[in-house]
Amino acid sequence: MIAAIAFYVLAAVSVFAALRVVLASNPVHSVLWLITAFFSAAGLFVLMGAEFLAMLLVVVYVGAVAVLFLFVVMMLDVDFVKLREGFTRYMPFGAVVACILLVEMILISAAVAARGAGAHAPGVQHATDVTNVEAIGRVLYTDYVYIFQAAGLVLLVAMIGAIVLTLRHRPHVKRQDIHTQVTRDRKKALAMTRPETGAGVRPEDLV
Amino acid sequence: MDFWTTPLGWTLITVGGILLVTVGILISLAFLLLADRKIWAGVQMRKGPNVVGPFGLLQSFADFFKFVLKEVVIPSGSDKTVFLLAPLITFILAFAAWAVIPFAPGWVVADLNVGVLYLFAISSLGVYGIIMGGWASNSKYPFLGALRSAAQMVSYEVSIGFIIVAVILLSGSMNFTDIVDAQAGWLWDWNMFGNGARNWPTIVIMIPMLVLFFVSALAETNRPPFDLPEAESELVAGYQVEYSSTPYLLFMIGEYANIVLMCAMLTILFCGGWHPGIVTTAWVESLPSWMSYTIFLLSFIIKAVLWFCAFALVKAFVPRYRYDQLMRLGWKIFLPTSLVAVVLAAAWQVFGVHG
Repeated sequence: MIAAIAFYVLAAVSVFAALRVVLASNPVHSVLWLITAFFSAAGLFVLMGAEFLAMLLVVVYVGAVAVLFLFVVMMLDVDFVKLREGFTRYMPFGAVVACILLVEMILISAAVAARGAGAHAPGVQHATDVTNVEAIGRVLYTDYVYIFQAAGLVLLVAMIGAIVLTLRHRPHVKRQDIHTQVTRDRKKALAMTRPETGAGVRPEDLV
Repeated sequence: MDFWTTPLGWTLITVGGILLVTVGILISLAFLLLADRKIWAGVQMRKGPNVVGPFGLLQSFADFFKFVLKEVVIPSGSDKTVFLLAPLITFILAFAAWAVIPFAPGWVVADLNVGVLYLFAISSLGVYGIIMGGWASNSKYPFLGALRSAAQMVSYEVSIGFIIVAVILLSGSMNFTDIVDAQAGWLWDWNMFGNGARNWPTIVIMIPMLVLFFVSALAETNRPPFDLPEAESELVAGYQVEYSSTPYLLFMIGEYANIVLMCAMLTILFCGGWHPGIVTTAWVESLPSWMSYTIFLLSFIIKAVLWFCAFALVKAFVPRYRYDQLMRLGWKIFLPTSLVAVVLAAAWQVFGVHG
């Protein structure tokens, strides 16, 4: 019974938070509600016994992706009047997308209901003796190792692309070179001179 | 006895455990804060707080009342809800993380099988308190401080994550109790010294990983020399500028709870957790149970407090980093090093000759 209460509370919070993401007038509030939605979704994962996925959701999406999101949104100069202006213009387009999504979701749930709630896709095993971290690890690094590595490569390419697009070498900019700083010794940095009174240090003394 | 297995009894036990841990940490924080100031003062040849109570022992409680009894000032241009939510988030998350820390065999609020990931997830959420506080203040210095800290904490989380992965690979578990139990025995069975006869060559990677984890923990908790989010010479006090009274107190307690949490993590991941190390675990377990639990608990606390002293000494000794140096250290040195350590640890687990 406690599990049922927990489910309804988490589900209600995530639906409410998801609605607030779209309806909040301040973009920063939207992102904060998005984080709430992620967090309650992680709670739902825990209820379903997928604690590994729940933790990954929090670590990756809430801990890293949403922080950068918030980072960008916070720096926007928000103009509320302008934000409202486009509402009626984009409304029909948004309605069409929403309708398509709704129809697809109904189709999926109807298909699942027709097959019976207990039915799973073929090939999915229910391992009860191992934790789900171990279960995922066993499949991910054996059966799906090439696909997994390929996914990593795709991310790597995206990262390199982003770096290449933003990397600029500007001339005439003094940069700190830690290596030369650290390897500098007394011979390079110090010169002992004994200038005559009134004459001062001549440049050739300093070589 | 039956009562404790019913849902009501279970709930009572869990709530009692949570209260015990929270109150215990709050009280020890009061004295650790004083120790922090005393050590700092000692390095600078000052006396430190010594007026309230004997040796200034009650200083933290006096500070507590000072904070609580002051007026809460909320800037008129601020986003009030987010402004007040931010310190609460920092405070609650700092204590939520303690749920998975085992203090002695079986003395843990929630013995999760993904305990390490839980702790990592909770500590990665900690950045929200700071970033929300900085933004909601609607002021330039707090905002700059929040941006700095967001970038800093995200950067150092990556290397902390890789170091933890290396430890997980060697221990073969994500459960804190299992990680600690894998280090049972003598001093050289600790992860720090390569986990005993079975894994001894890993000492080559584990000692550098310990140093990396310690430095990353300093950066993750915004401690000097990485306290750039609140660098007083540049940003007044960073994200805390507009905070006063109890909200400020919540920020400060949350920050210190996180520091002590990092000390506990260093103890668990590298220094054998509750295992004393100077006597074998088997010998301690042969003692009467009250005695063995006292020894286990004491050795955990002593190790964590020693790490806290290291945190305090670093604060006193090391000058503050510049921001670009901080980023360079995180991304160009710590990240590749810890990545190599993960590869080496994995290779050792697969191809190594386990003696």
